Amino acid sequence: MDGDDLKRVAYYPGCALEGTGHAYNRSTKEVGKALGLDLVELENWNCCGAMEVKNVDPQVQTYLSARNLAIAEDMGFDKVMAPCNGCYHNLKKAEYDLAHNPHAAEVNDRISKKAGHATYQPGGVETIHALDWIKRAVGEDVLREKARGKLKGLKIANYYGCMYTRPRHIFPEKDKGPGSESTLKPHFMDDILAAAGAENVDFPLKTACCGGAHSLSDSDISTKLVLNILQTAEACGAEVIATECPTCHTGLEMHQVRAEKVLGRKTNVKILYFTQLLGMALGLSASKVGVQENLSDPSDLLRAKGLG
Amino acid sequence: MADPVPFAAIEARIDGILMLTEPPCDPVALAERALDDGETLLEAWLTAKGQQPTSETVEGFRLLALHRQGARGDPSFNAARETCRELVYLRNVIALYDDDAAEAFRHLRLQAMVLRHLSLFLGGKLVESGLGDFCCASRPLHDQARQPRVQQPQAAPVRAAE
Repeated sequence: MDGDDLKRVAYYPGCALEGTGHAYNRSTKEVGKALGLDLVELENWNCCGAMEVKNVDPQVQTYLSARNLAIAEDMGFDKVMAPCNGCYHNLKKAEYDLAHNPHAAEVNDRISKKAGHATYQPGGVETIHALDWIKRAVGEDVLREKARGKLKGLKIANYYGCMYTRPRHIFPEKDKGPGSESTLKPHFMDDILAAAGAENVDFPLKTACCGGAHSLSDSDISTKLVLNILQTAEACGAEVIATECPTCHTGLEMHQVRAEKVLGRKTNVKILYFTQLLGMALGLSASKVGVQENLSDPSDLLRAKGLG
Repeated sequence: MADPVPFAAIEARIDGILMLTEPPCDPVALAERALDDGETLLEAWLTAKGQQPTSETVEGFRLLALHRQGARGDPSFNAARETCRELVYLRNVIALYDDDAAEAFRHLRLQAMVLRHLSLFLGGKLVESGLGDFCCASRPLHDQARQPRVQQPQAAPVRAAE
């Protein structure tokens, strides 16, 4: 295990965590503090190119992500933690593209020189997700000891979304047997929350598409996909859906409201970031982990479970 | 656009299973029917894309072979990979509970919900082929759809055959 290496890592929050995913940013930092971990935010970071840029020019997107990796390296880090699935995916993809696509490497070099900074060379910085960070830096034994079963009795469906494991080839560290993450049935979030006492339900849609890409262009598709995810979680007995991506989280919350308003289908399952749940398990208050910023109000459930 | 009829019939069967109040007498048959429905959905997608649906199997299931065929050259299709695998997994779980009607029924309901997800995903993809891509990736697809690749001369409208 490389736990000590991960006690202090570069932090790339990405754009979403400064906006709709603010509660994820806040809870991630608070959990880090509570666990004695140190996050050092990248100086002058830029968008990973997740949204519009990749449609304009995929090589420019690779450059934008590579610039963030170059900043991490320049700050003396060999690991950067990105809690957003989109950012995590794009930084990983840039790493892969630079190592396998000479044209991407050439464009990255050309733009980096023009911008006046060092060209990022693949292999210099490892991108990790918040789940990797907590699991590898702290581990379940310490979490179990610190949380003392605070999430006991809370039934959780863990929803990873579709970008955390896809496409498989950009995540060479996954599917490496015991201890590694699985792309077929991811389990790091399950492991972390189980260590804090939660009861994870067997949830068959943990990586299913939520239609996030079409939230604006065709909301009905997204609402129906999300409604099915919410209803399936409830059918599995879940009281909470734990999320680890700001896009998934916002989509689930937004379309839960829309499903009730437009389709007349109400669901009661609550949606919380895994860092909010873990933070409360570590004794942090609900407000400290930003629960009041969520769209769905879980306060009754949290009170009933003695959390927050 | 593929014939929407299979989608409606499959949705009706899903609703039928979800409305059952008592365990059915042959849950395995219904679970296998759900796999057939999954194949029908994938066939509709492949046919709409101008492909001949394969009759081969992967790991003993045609459903998985059809998914693999659909994902060839279309990485966003992999957003349904685990959904297809869960359908097969749940069919196997239902078959294992041959002495526990309640557990078989519970898993049959879950399988129906997973099938609904596949139906919504594929139905959605037939309208918005970028579904399953990440954030705003649909924009160029929308643009392509709006701009015909070859400019056609203006002609009098022709009524489609009934």
